[in-house]
Amino acid sequence: MSELTSLTIADARDGLRKKSFSAAELANAHLAAMEKARSLNAYVLETPERAADMAKASDARIAKGEAGPLEGIPLAIKDLFCTQGVRTTAGSKILHNFEPTYESTVTSQLWRDGAVLLGKTNLDEFAMGSSNETSALGPVTSPWRRKGANTPLVPGGSSGGSAAAVAARIALGSTGTDTGGSIRQPAAFTGIVGLKPTYGRCSRWGIVAFASSLDQAGPFARTVRDTAILMRSMAGHDPKDTTSADVAVPDYEAAAGKSIKGMKIGIPKEYRVDGMPAEIEKLWEQGRAWLKDAGADLVEVSLPHTKYALPAYYIVAPAEASSNLARYDGVRYGLREQGRDVIGLYEATRAKGFGKEVRRRVMIGTYVLSAGYYDAYYVRAQKVRTLIKKDFEDCFKQGIHAMLTPATPSAAFGVGEKGGADPIEMYLNDVFTVTVNMAGLPGIAVPAGLDGQGLPLGLQLIGRPFDEETLFSLGQAIEDAAGRFEPEQWW
Amino acid sequence: MSVDAATVRRIAHLARIAVAEDEVEHLRGEINSILAFVEQLSEVKVDGVEPMTSVTPMAMKKRQDAVTDGGDAEAVLKNAPAREGNYFVVPKVVE
Repeated sequence: MSELTSLTIADARDGLRKKSFSAAELANAHLAAMEKARSLNAYVLETPERAADMAKASDARIAKGEAGPLEGIPLAIKDLFCTQGVRTTAGSKILHNFEPTYESTVTSQLWRDGAVLLGKTNLDEFAMGSSNETSALGPVTSPWRRKGANTPLVPGGSSGGSAAAVAARIALGSTGTDTGGSIRQPAAFTGIVGLKPTYGRCSRWGIVAFASSLDQAGPFARTVRDTAILMRSMAGHDPKDTTSADVAVPDYEAAAGKSIKGMKIGIPKEYRVDGMPAEIEKLWEQGRAWLKDAGADLVEVSLPHTKYALPAYYIVAPAEASSNLARYDGVRYGLREQGRDVIGLYEATRAKGFGKEVRRRVMIGTYVLSAGYYDAYYVRAQKVRTLIKKDFEDCFKQGIHAMLTPATPSAAFGVGEKGGADPIEMYLNDVFTVTVNMAGLPGIAVPAGLDGQGLPLGLQLIGRPFDEETLFSLGQAIEDAAGRFEPEQWW
Repeated sequence: MSVDAATVRRIAHLARIAVAEDEVEHLRGEINSILAFVEQLSEVKVDGVEPMTSVTPMAMKKRQDAVTDGGDAEAVLKNAPAREGNYFVVPKVVE
């Protein structure tokens, strides 16, 4: 039954409706594959009993002709989404035993539509990282390896476990969150599709907060169409999140496969950064050729503030994180370390509960918000953010429908290879993705080829606000031309 | 701008994170490396630019000022590291 794990969501949906196999069989095939793939550490918690119950309920609904849009589809959920009665750690020691008494809006919509929970996936602690190495539950090993080598590679981050699970065929799809690139970069590193929706498209309610003005939930899947299918269930207005947008959710699946003839695609010249590897440059050129062949018009555009997006991000995101993470105090939930008094308790709990990267960012955030530095750092960064957004708006006003860029500045690197001496080295991974969060736009990473060492590389498409549909149409055009990429099973 | 050891200790205290004396120097280096990286923002002309407050223009929805949830002390206290009845327990705050 191993072939059941290789299906696309679209094919699994058809197979379930035609009763070629049951939801229980589909879930069991995945649970068996997950057990064999434990060395990847993609899941931090497997939920086989929950999966069996949900699959059984799906089979009953299918039998009654009441199947939902995702009926019986087994999914992996990033361990940043609160799941009722299922431990949710955010990859942190400080939430090592946290069992939410509520369900995040996004996951509740997936279950409403019939999806089956396989388990919770690994991530960088509080989604702060680009390699999944800051997780308190250990790093994830990518299912990809360099040709002829067995060096363990990172799956990217922060949604590393979710990306690795889909690439390793131990989930048909998964959820991630993206604050600076945390869906698109791991999607590119593992050869799958990942979408960061427009800010406000998906409710943030019940997702452990990192940087509230940048965080967005989004789907991972092995095809553009599958990503669109998941997105329709995840999106939508939620009265519990005041920043969630009251905008109708279109049929995203119908957009995948629509003609892109006559679309104007911007090629931002500032993304041609110094020292860009020739392979990335070649991939980008190939992407331009594919879109041109499919009938799109390519236009060089300028986003003059691109280089300031990453430094502005490293003020805004830590500032918001320092506020959001103030709630972890050892009093109401999670880890508690004793102290002499209540302040001692806070300080000891947070020192023990937060990992190095989280501590560093909370401290940076505290500093840039502190008296005397607020205007110089935080207010200035928010002004730069206005300029970054305006760059995009100016292009869209000229009639540009979307932009094409590389997704990452390189292919996946080895576990332990980056950021050991200087945190900035790791931060630079997000140089192509972070602008999109700063401007609140939708972005999709689509696999586009393999590098010389046999590792996947992705292209990124950036869209107008609330125009994810165009990204699915363009993404499908790239997928049709590039084909799909799967790692050989060695685990 | 760069920070000295005393500032590192002050930030740590503001952030309510205990920092051991032998960690201060290392943290100072890391924080300064990040501050040096963000220093390039000072070359951007921001005169007359409004700081961003909302990335997508939207009016915040308002709801009726009425109780819609709550009254479930058991759910609220379920993950408490220490409790007594329906209270969270903390070390003595007032002498």
